[in-house]
Amino acid sequence: MTRRIRQKFFLFSAAALALCFVWGYRDLPPFGQVTSIYADKVNAITVPQRHITDAVTAVNFDIRGFDTLGEEFILFTSVMGVVLLMRRTKDEPAGDHEDKVQGRNVPPVSDAVRVTTLLLIAPTILFGWYIVAHGQVTPGGGFQGGVILSSAALLLYLCGTYPKFRGAAAPRLIEIAEAVGAAGYIIVGGACVALGGMFLENLLPLGKTGTLTSGGTVPFINLAVGLEVSAGFVLILLVYLEELMEEKES
Amino acid sequence: MNYLPYAVAAWLFLVGLYGVISSRNLVHLIICVGVIQSSSYVLLLAIGYRTGATAPIFVDVPVGTPAVDAVVQALMLTDVVVEVTVVALLLALAIQVHKRHGTLNPDELRKLKG
Repeated sequence: MTRRIRQKFFLFSAAALALCFVWGYRDLPPFGQVTSIYADKVNAITVPQRHITDAVTAVNFDIRGFDTLGEEFILFTSVMGVVLLMRRTKDEPAGDHEDKVQGRNVPPVSDAVRVTTLLLIAPTILFGWYIVAHGQVTPGGGFQGGVILSSAALLLYLCGTYPKFRGAAAPRLIEIAEAVGAAGYIIVGGACVALGGMFLENLLPLGKTGTLTSGGTVPFINLAVGLEVSAGFVLILLVYLEELMEEKES
Repeated sequence: MNYLPYAVAAWLFLVGLYGVISSRNLVHLIICVGVIQSSSYVLLLAIGYRTGATAPIFVDVPVGTPAVDAVVQALMLTDVVVEVTVVALLLALAIQVHKRHGTLNPDELRKLKG
């Protein structure tokens, strides 16, 4: 199929698809007036029944906890896929971890950048764990905090050289952290079964609303997800940087 | 104006799809897939929004205050993080394609019958 025919075919199908959109939207209430029985129920029960003040976290890690387990594993398998695809094959000799791509005269990182990023690393890690730990109280949780935590690794890369970064990041440890994070979710679910409940049923003491220990199993799941997300993102970062450093001169 | 956010979602989807179809570079194509996915964010948030309601966080507002739909927000939240890793996976595939065939143009890839 040539480009021209393909574009004509697209215009035809896009028009049909647009009609489907119109058809599907026709019965939707106007913007801002959609009512959902689930939304009302969730907003009404999270505080009295779960002692969680952030309804989004309650949905993600308690009410809909099993679905989030699946989504966490999409993330896990994607990261594994990236690592698998980018692994060094036999005909690609190991590089010496130096940036060798030609025509890419990267200016050296200035001292101002180095000092600023170095100063930012500790607060970023602290902020990341703060977001992970407060998921059940305020907006946040494992996914958001995990991404913030992984940005600390990027800061580490900015303030040093790649070999030093690789040494500090310890890929082996990161891989273990990712596996522990992924397994942690299942372990929390399994612990609920061991306690005599259903998988991921919130059986732990719910604690005082609005505190770090509220929400029963939710803080534990958040910790596991935070570990997994941060380790996964750092792993992707490491693999891509490795690729960049090993690109052969052509 | 009442249906504008829904229209934006549909437009993002179609424009992303056009990008995928007309793309001459796999990296561009992957970003277009990201655009298609962002239409789902717009649609989910638009459906969850309620005029005059607050965020579904009941720290300093009493339970029972009208709040937007937390269910679609929760769906979207995991979606965002998962999308980034899926894009990383697709980009890794693109790198492998370039290593094997020396091109990122989908049309030239067909000629190679690889």
